[in-house]
Amino acid sequence: MSRADSRSTPLPEAGEPADGLAVAWRATLHRDLVLRLRRPGEVLNPLAFFALVITLFPIGISPEAPLLATIAPGLLWVAALLAALLSLDGVFRDDAEDGSLEQLLLSPQPLPVLALAKVAAHWLLTGLPLALMAPLLGVMLSLPAGSYGVLALSLALGSASLSLIGAIGAALTVGVARGGVLLSLLVLPLYIPVLIFGAGAVQSAILGGGVTAHLAILGALLAASLIFAPFAIAAALRISLNG
Amino acid sequence: MAFESLSAFLAMGGHAPYVWSAYGATAALLLVVGWHARAERRRVRRDLERRARRERRQAEAADASHDERVSR
Amino acid sequence: MWAFLHKLGSPKEFYAITARWLTPLWLAAVALILAGGVWGLAFAPADYQQGNSFRIIYVHVPAAFLAQSIFVAMAAAGLVFMVWKIKLADMAAAMMAPLGAGMTFVALFSGAVWGVPTWGTWWQWDARLTSMLILFFLYIGVIALRGAFVSREGGARAASVLAMVGVINIPIIKFSVDWWYTLHQPASFSITEKPAMPAEMWLPLLLMVLGFYAFFIAVTLTRTRSEILRRESSKRWVRALVEEGR
Repeated sequence: MSRADSRSTPLPEAGEPADGLAVAWRATLHRDLVLRLRRPGEVLNPLAFFALVITLFPIGISPEAPLLATIAPGLLWVAALLAALLSLDGVFRDDAEDGSLEQLLLSPQPLPVLALAKVAAHWLLTGLPLALMAPLLGVMLSLPAGSYGVLALSLALGSASLSLIGAIGAALTVGVARGGVLLSLLVLPLYIPVLIFGAGAVQSAILGGGVTAHLAILGALLAASLIFAPFAIAAALRISLNG
Repeated sequence: MAFESLSAFLAMGGHAPYVWSAYGATAALLLVVGWHARAERRRVRRDLERRARRERRQAEAADASHDERVSR
Repeated sequence: MWAFLHKLGSPKEFYAITARWLTPLWLAAVALILAGGVWGLAFAPADYQQGNSFRIIYVHVPAAFLAQSIFVAMAAAGLVFMVWKIKLADMAAAMMAPLGAGMTFVALFSGAVWGVPTWGTWWQWDARLTSMLILFFLYIGVIALRGAFVSREGGARAASVLAMVGVINIPIIKFSVDWWYTLHQPASFSITEKPAMPAEMWLPLLLMVLGFYAFFIAVTLTRTRSEILRRESSKRWVRALVEEGR
């Protein structure tokens, strides 16, 4: 087993700019996924946090099923949002500390695209698992039947926007020591539209109303953040690293 | 004039606490901000003047010691 | 026009040019706010539904206007600072942020106080009040981010980016909160929406709004001039100015 075998993604060849970008994107995504999966604790922590917070509410409010069922959509959404927020601080911090973020900035490929790859890795390992886990916790909160699919779908769509918006805050606070609380202060107000339409979709599914409008708006929010956020993230990263 | 007397004005038709506290909070903010802006300006100018005086004193002292050395 | 704007971009020229604007601005602010306040408090007729609690409109609406305008102004200054590297724009943005947060707080406070006679509670999750509350958090975020950076340049640029991100989000937040509110509270009347106010009611309001804007410009100019002196304290023109002032 030589070292050449262990390198699965080939380095991009010079002289092929369009193809090089795709390779760099995939390589960044792959690297982030591998790095995170090597420390499974960090991937599982937000999920455990999500389950724990949901456990606190029946204990703190009331174990009665009708009451829990009415507040379940909002609770699940808020708890998932907080869990995603918790893991946000690590998106750029480790890379900033070991210097690989500076390499990313020096790369000839456009930084917004590479930043998008890092955000995609974050979403794949936090937003998506949270969305898949939410129906399970919904059962524990006696969420009415018929809204489970919408819950998972709205969370999957919404958490992608949350990762994108949150990454702007994470990029702005990488240069700040102990930026965790500051990060939540910056990002939470910006999360409110996503929360409104995400929880609204689940609520509407319970009441038997149409959910396409909500999901369409969530999709529109995602499209807008896909367009704007990468540039803001890139600008914020340059500010944080160059002072 | 919308009020018959001063006491009617102060009572605000029974809504006195609400009207006066809202106006009071606004007036307090405007006064504090305005006063702070003026105080800040005075403080900055005073610091600059103090610094200029100090530098002049230092320059004079340096000149004096220089003159001393030259004359010696 | 462009030459004049270009001149304004230099701290020294700005300091010299704006010296003449300060007194008229402060006088206008004080006169307009006093006139509008007295008119609104004592001379404007009481509302037929809300009685005299309606007079809170004369402080609530100008404060709410200013709260939103200052955030937009801050983001615009941030854009100017980021694109053209004009330090003055950042100084102005830094100086206006606390006033904006203060105005947001006053708008919230007067709105809550107004809620007691109108809704019977101190706090209602009304669409306007909720948006205002979120705006308040956005202000706190911008101010905190600027303070968290060790280098002034870094803090300035980070705060500019956040202000711009915030200003893009404000309409989205407003829209979604309005939508959320109509969903949860159908047919509740909003405090500031009045159909066809008579002139003796809206004229004092106009005076107050103009007065508040004059106040904002006066405060920002005064504070920016102080900040210029502070940041440029070792430049020759500042030293000459101090010598002159003695």
